[in-house]
Amino acid sequence: MSNANELARYGSQKRNKTLGNFFIYLFLTLGALIMVIPLIWMFFSSLKTPGQFLTTQLSLKMPSNPQWGNYTKRVWEMDPKLQRGILNSIIISFSTIIVGTFVSSLAAFAYAKLRFPGKQKFFLAELATMMIPFSIIMIPQFIIYARIGWLNTWAPLIIPGMLGNVSMIFFLKQYMSGLPTSMIESARIDGAGYFKIYWSIILPNAKPAIAAQAILWFMGAWNDYFAPSIYLNDPNKLTIQVMISQLNAMYAIQTDYPLLLTASVLAMLPVLIIFMIFQKQIIASVAMTGLK
Amino acid sequence: MKNKIINKKRKLDDEAKAGLLFILPPIIGFLLFTAGPFLFSIFASFTSWDSMTDLTGLFKMDEIDREFFYIGFDNYKELFSDGDFWRSLWNTLIYMIGIPIGMVWAFGLALSFNKKLPGVKVYRVIYYIPVVSSIVAVSLLWKWLYNGDYGLLNQFIEWAFGVKGPNWLDNAYTVKPAIMIMCVWRGVGNTALLYLGGLQNLPQSYYEAAVIDGANGWTIFRKITWPLMQPISFFIIITGIIGGAQMIVEPQIMTPSGGPDYSSATIVFYIWQKAFGSADAKGYACAAAWVLAIIIFVVTAIQFKISPSSDNYLE
Repeated sequence: MSNANELARYGSQKRNKTLGNFFIYLFLTLGALIMVIPLIWMFFSSLKTPGQFLTTQLSLKMPSNPQWGNYTKRVWEMDPKLQRGILNSIIISFSTIIVGTFVSSLAAFAYAKLRFPGKQKFFLAELATMMIPFSIIMIPQFIIYARIGWLNTWAPLIIPGMLGNVSMIFFLKQYMSGLPTSMIESARIDGAGYFKIYWSIILPNAKPAIAAQAILWFMGAWNDYFAPSIYLNDPNKLTIQVMISQLNAMYAIQTDYPLLLTASVLAMLPVLIIFMIFQKQIIASVAMTGLK
Repeated sequence: MKNKIINKKRKLDDEAKAGLLFILPPIIGFLLFTAGPFLFSIFASFTSWDSMTDLTGLFKMDEIDREFFYIGFDNYKELFSDGDFWRSLWNTLIYMIGIPIGMVWAFGLALSFNKKLPGVKVYRVIYYIPVVSSIVAVSLLWKWLYNGDYGLLNQFIEWAFGVKGPNWLDNAYTVKPAIMIMCVWRGVGNTALLYLGGLQNLPQSYYEAAVIDGANGWTIFRKITWPLMQPISFFIIITGIIGGAQMIVEPQIMTPSGGPDYSSATIVFYIWQKAFGSADAKGYACAAAWVLAIIIFVVTAIQFKISPSSDNYLE
């Protein structure tokens, strides 16, 4: 009796499972369509002529005569120059992140493995920075930058980042605390200095964590809009994000919307490519943030 | 006294010296770019600071200038009597309805992601694409989708239901939901990953024990999965509120003037407009920023107090 019941239950469970999986896929697919349709629409629209764009809004397919010239030629002839904005963003983000990652990982090593007076206090003070809303400090910062002649230069975007990134220090400290201290002790006995220990032991061992943090930082820096929009106004110094927002204000009057969408696609592309290459590491490290 | 300090310094061994040296750059950054401005903004919020104010002139002011400059709580009084300030606070609060909506959707996604089904990893990537997409490009894109005459949304509504949709961003009733939907769209993939991290971290033995005890799926969910996910939900709510309270770029790009009747402006939009717009009221904007900061601190503190799982999370 109970055996038959079990069997019946097993059968219905199996049927339920197939049905359940179907609904899971349906739920995931409908949502995924909502995620990608705007982006697909954006890409196809960027390949249209302005006239086509206004008459074929609803179509989600490749236009019959794709205007690849938007990408190869016309978008590079806009004013201010898009290529200038891309170059500026590359210079700003790379210089900040290369130096900032070095500085942050060195500090994380000190917090994780070295003994020095005031360690806890310094670390807590830095952690407190993450709690302070940017809008509180942005106005005094602006006044300071104006005072020391940093307005309309890249210094406010680069220098503070080069002095370290709090969330990176925090994550790397957690990671480095997990590395065995015995490695450091034996290196000390061999007479290695602390910087040498950082360079030849800690850095190679923490490489994956450092790389993941640097990539996340790059994506944030590339997409940053608010701070650069406050500090920069010389068209030649704008970052790509500030530039596409200004181009929109200027070119919208000419109703050449496909060209503006082309510029937007190009502004998104570098981060999307990096995300696609490193998606495994990025997704793994984001999934861990809630667990810290 | 002086001797003592020197003695103390001498006591620092190599390790302490190296440690202090290694943390020096972030500490300098902290003092110059965070702690300094933080303290300065308290002071500035009680003054009539604008871009004409000269820092070096502060100590040479005569009586009249001084009275004009140090205005006590006037900024705060003016702030609380400004309708736009209250409107922007209210708008910010309304946008936060998106947080629970996004959480429910994201939790469903995370449960699906956690099933070992073929192809599910591809979906994780797809849902994360809007998260890494440039916020400016995405806001410009959605501005188009919401366009009253040509936008994809209204064209679709007309094609499907034969009615004309509203001009989403030019209508005081629809602009907030419109921007909120975009924010949910952009954030759900990230929240889902946070939940997924939690689900993957759940102790498997609980489930085995529950199955042996004959618990059904719903009971397992209600008694094990949901309670154990509380710390993650708490983390998402806290970061969601801190982030949501500081939202600005979306309304700034989609509705540059703050929307019809200031109906889409957030509190940071208000601060930004007062500080860097034609008003040029930097001291006043500092006061507004402090009101926002106090709200954030209080809300966060209350949540840490009432959350039963906060000890768990803090471990």
